[in-house]
Amino acid sequence: MSQSGKPTGLFKNLSAKIAAIPMVLTALVVFVGCSVWTIVYSFTNSRLLPSTKWVGLDQYERLWGTRRWLISIENLAIYGILMLILALVLGFLLAALIDQKIRFEDGFRTIFLYPYALSFIVTGLVWQWLLNPEFGIQNAVRSLGFESFTFDPLYNTNTVLYGVLIAGLWHTSGLVMCLMLAGLRGIDEDVWKATKIDGIPAWKTYLLVVIPMMRPVFITTLVLITSAIIKLYDLVIAQTGGGPGLASEVPAKFVFDMMFVSQNLAQGFAASSMMLVAVIVVIIPWAYLEFGGKKHG
Amino acid sequence: MADVTNNMQRSSPAHASGPKPRRIFSRNNIVIYGILVVLAVYYLLPFYVMLMTSLKGLPEIRMGSIFAPPMEVTFEPWHKAWSTVCTGLNCDGLSRGFWNSIKITVPSVFFSIAVASVNGYALSMWRFKGANVFFTILIIGAFIPYQVMIYPIVILLREIGLYGDLGGLVLVHTIFGMPILTLLFRNYFSSVPEELFKAARVDGARFWTIYFKIMLPMAVPIFVVAVILQTTAIWNDFLFGVIFTRPDNYPMTVQLNNIVNSVTGVKEYNVNMAATLLSGVVPLTIYFLSGKLFVRGIAAGAVKG
Repeated sequence: MSQSGKPTGLFKNLSAKIAAIPMVLTALVVFVGCSVWTIVYSFTNSRLLPSTKWVGLDQYERLWGTRRWLISIENLAIYGILMLILALVLGFLLAALIDQKIRFEDGFRTIFLYPYALSFIVTGLVWQWLLNPEFGIQNAVRSLGFESFTFDPLYNTNTVLYGVLIAGLWHTSGLVMCLMLAGLRGIDEDVWKATKIDGIPAWKTYLLVVIPMMRPVFITTLVLITSAIIKLYDLVIAQTGGGPGLASEVPAKFVFDMMFVSQNLAQGFAASSMMLVAVIVVIIPWAYLEFGGKKHG
Repeated sequence: MADVTNNMQRSSPAHASGPKPRRIFSRNNIVIYGILVVLAVYYLLPFYVMLMTSLKGLPEIRMGSIFAPPMEVTFEPWHKAWSTVCTGLNCDGLSRGFWNSIKITVPSVFFSIAVASVNGYALSMWRFKGANVFFTILIIGAFIPYQVMIYPIVILLREIGLYGDLGGLVLVHTIFGMPILTLLFRNYFSSVPEELFKAARVDGARFWTIYFKIMLPMAVPIFVVAVILQTTAIWNDFLFGVIFTRPDNYPMTVQLNNIVNSVTGVKEYNVNMAATLLSGVVPLTIYFLSGKLFVRGIAAGAVKG
């Protein structure tokens, strides 16, 4: 390889291969290895400690017969779908408004994005207080004279998820706005000029021209939010602790409690494996399209 | 042509891009600013309430509205939150968690970025067979719920004697920071003109020389972005902190949650809010100082991916 400026052969990338060792280890040992380990042990009767006694699908049967698990799944589905839709809508709306050549653009952007810099713990605690009926928004509005005003989503089994959603949206929508704004700014001015000449109204241009052009941004955003949603844990811990009752339990919390609190390891393994299956169903087709189908240049 | 442009400028000002007059009081602008201000209230309200409440005494909190500014400003809640509030057996306040978080965040940020930047550089400029396979696994890995991998990691760390240790937590942060950071750096280095790289290689520069002499100085902005992203993410982490450290080493987020959500005693809202604000000080400072860089980082990392 010293003969010419263009080294060839098997060793031409030796340094790069060495540099990639941490990635290879992470990919193989942690992401593949640990996941496989968990899946394998989900077929055992591990309780306090991992055990190798094979019990087949028993853990899964038990899991799907557990009320708390079913509630967790349902909660995550509802939260996830609403969160995706609302975060995208709100984020895009914010970005489109900010993109109108407004004054104080930086100020508004700073305001909309700062919650994203805070932890889910902080987010959850703040909204726990704001939504507390004796102390928060409800009390404040009542003291203005609206005696029958009721706003206590966290204390009602049917609405607690929406309370968590308000907090989650507060935290995440600024990020979506940022991504969308970058996408909007990346669109050629000529597109706008052309549609104006053709007399197409702005909302139609957004809907039919701009949004389709922003497909990559939307996909990225979708993937980012989805992965955050599945990991939903800290927010619930801080805001509701899973309550009232089981009304705001989520799968990540179920897994944690099974593994580290109830000493029911295999149930935790089975539940986390189910989470993995859910992710695979969503992610694999996307990953194939994005990374496998076409070559990166 | 000039006529067309003129026409365009006069027609409806609602469009995002393109030249247009700066009339502030058009109907469209009133609607736009109206919506923006209403939304801004939703985003600012929590911060405002936290700040106001943290400056009030307990009796005043019970009496008044959360939106009212304090009649009598007191910094006692801040003092108590920082240095005397109790979690479990320790009564030395959030300061303990603060220093723990520093001890966790600084090395984690350093190692995760060092590893991922070299990796991203290798992936973008020194592509080798199989590299894309591992990269794909890495990116997919970012979506595997942590819960699936956590228990085996606990076992692995216990085997190498790092479980419960700060070193173990640093390792975990380095591992889980790798997908997003590698993506960030790979995308950045991919945008570096290939001629530059080729010229360096013609001159005989090798892998590490090119990295340290050419790429590293060029990539300073993206390093700053990575530091911002990682510091915020690691400072705000809760799950790994709970699992991989002992109570003495709990990071600030965990300690905060323990203080606030403990069921014993009277709820001291003012102290709780001061504590919450305290644990947000570091990421908020970074955010306000870095402003546009924070935004640029998010955009750079995401839009190309």
